[in-house]
Amino acid sequence: MAEAPLLEVKNLQVQFKTADGVVNAVNNVSFSVNRGETLGIVGESGSGKSVTSLSIMRLIPSPPGKIAGGQILFDGDNLVDFSESEMRKIRGNRISMIFQDPMTSLNPVLRIGKQMTESLQLHMGMTAKQARNRAIDLLSMVGIPAPDKRLDDFPHQFSGGMRQRVMIAMGLACNPELLIADEPTTALDVTIQAQILELLNRLKNETGTAIIFITHDLGVVAGMTDRVIVMYAGRVVEQASTNELFRNPRMPYTIGLLDSIPRLDGIQTRLTPIPGLPPDLLEKTNRCPFAPRCDFVQEQCWIETPSLRQVAPDHTAACLFDIDRDQRQVMAEKKIAEEQAVLDAALEDVLAHEQAS
Amino acid sequence: MAVQNENLLDINGLKMHFPVKSNGLLRRTVGAVKAVDGLSFSVKRGETLGLVGESGCGKSTTGRAILQLHRPTAGTVNFDGKELTKLNGESLRQMRRKVQIIFQDPYASLNPRMTVGDIVGEPIRVHNLRTGKEVRTRVEELLRVVGLNPYFINRYPHEFSGGQRQRIGIARALAVEPDFIVCDEPVSALDVSIQAQIINLLQDLQGQFGLTYLFIAHNLSVVKHISDRVAVMYLGKMVELAPSKQLYANPMHPYTQALLSAVPIPDPEVEKQRQRIILQGDVPSPLNPPSGCHFHTRCPIVIDKCKAEDPPFQDYGGGHFVACWRATESQAQMEKKLQ
Repeated sequence: MAEAPLLEVKNLQVQFKTADGVVNAVNNVSFSVNRGETLGIVGESGSGKSVTSLSIMRLIPSPPGKIAGGQILFDGDNLVDFSESEMRKIRGNRISMIFQDPMTSLNPVLRIGKQMTESLQLHMGMTAKQARNRAIDLLSMVGIPAPDKRLDDFPHQFSGGMRQRVMIAMGLACNPELLIADEPTTALDVTIQAQILELLNRLKNETGTAIIFITHDLGVVAGMTDRVIVMYAGRVVEQASTNELFRNPRMPYTIGLLDSIPRLDGIQTRLTPIPGLPPDLLEKTNRCPFAPRCDFVQEQCWIETPSLRQVAPDHTAACLFDIDRDQRQVMAEKKIAEEQAVLDAALEDVLAHEQAS
Repeated sequence: MAVQNENLLDINGLKMHFPVKSNGLLRRTVGAVKAVDGLSFSVKRGETLGLVGESGCGKSTTGRAILQLHRPTAGTVNFDGKELTKLNGESLRQMRRKVQIIFQDPYASLNPRMTVGDIVGEPIRVHNLRTGKEVRTRVEELLRVVGLNPYFINRYPHEFSGGQRQRIGIARALAVEPDFIVCDEPVSALDVSIQAQIINLLQDLQGQFGLTYLFIAHNLSVVKHISDRVAVMYLGKMVELAPSKQLYANPMHPYTQALLSAVPIPDPEVEKQRQRIILQGDVPSPLNPPSGCHFHTRCPIVIDKCKAEDPPFQDYGGGHFVACWRATESQAQMEKKLQ
């Protein structure tokens, strides 16, 4: 693609100071979003996906948080260097955001109309009347019946799905070039989720807005995105087009995620979970962050942190080895047997020790 | 002793209505939230019955009403030959040994001021199953069974991760050697990679101890995976109940069809070709449910009869129960709609 990407994040580093030390919530993260493209960011809690998106909006609470390094190039400008007043012209105008929980992200004591027209008057210089008309258009665009009446309602008078529609309408109010949707359907029921996803797809085609879609649901990613990045422990561990990622996952964590979810259209007698727990980000190590849970782990993984490398055209993965999804079962069983032997021995020791004392 | 192969749990006409009081001084009852409105089903010994539905459909209330944590407004709950709704005081307490529950939120369901040993040991002491030092031995054994290091016995809940806490909750439920466990959204609060660990654990324990589960969840993929039979609820009523494979391969109720088609599948090629049934609108309030079939306000293939008469929950062969006037023709009609 000859055109420069709309957003380019380069070596982003975000730290939080806590009582226990500095947490590296986002570590050397780089990715880009093209105009009109939908990029999925997948990861579990604590993987740094929300912190990444908040950094783009410059909404990291500081202190304790701090963008410690890297660049966020939006349409050529580095947002990291922007002042608060410059940022305010971008937020809600050229980049907007939809949050997971529509109840807590709407102001409960202001009418919907007031909240919607605020950004229109501020960014687009509309009069109160123009803004109200635009708000009515927006509400009907997201499928809210009787929009002229609903503008005078308070958030609590809307259901969860309707509130998320209002949030989307607000997000799109100023025709943003980039919309960041942070788990926009996680709090919703599955039939309502289907409504909202269909709405987002329709709006994307109509407006050509680029979307960063953050979620932990691989099913939603499969249906909504063009390209995906997978995050683990504050790092990007795999990046590929959506089709390529699902067909040919190359990072053991991605493989683990795909194997651990039951599928509605398949029959599995048993799931293959990822053993162990996500890592503690306080810990400073130079090993692969996924090594303790990895079924493919080799000695080299304990002494070297892998960086992203090309494994196929437009497909990068942070793994030192060329691995194959089909080998996993064999590797996993071998590893479990070894670990069980060690654990049993340790437990025997402990119990013997307790008995003796 | 009971004959094998019979139903462990028989539920008939179960209703759970919560009164709504007026704001005035008199606090008169002005209505009722019909959270559960006439359920009849049974759970076979050793099986897992999945219960799915969206928030507010009454699935958790059903679980609690079975355990008598809410006393049902009407109906009978027959467990292993005993009528639970008639039990009181000591006899009910004895019964609770046989029926247990695992909660959704592993953060809220463990007392933060008790150690793991106290949490898991409490039901053992309460029911006098072990005494003295044997309690501790038994707790250690239970921790090992759920995959926790018995070494953690003196730690507090905050020292554990979500998945580990859920294991503690499971150990507590197992402590009294129950026959039946209500699993109320046991994996919903957990990360994807941890969910599979807990699902596998629950399956292993079922095999090991011959447990019977009522597995309540909103995630249809998880329910399909773990259940032998699945029941679908909508607004306080059961709309479909069938063996798991049958329900997913051949859903007969329009709501089940919509629900299944709404679940995203983690495969971009499959997703591109799927046709979704998008239901319009939201779930109506259980305070004032629609007349006739509760689903008629959102049903794509509604006919006049649906608005007037509540369809019976009836067996269409092979234990496939459906409550729909158009059950036999619903799939064909739905396909016509989609075109």
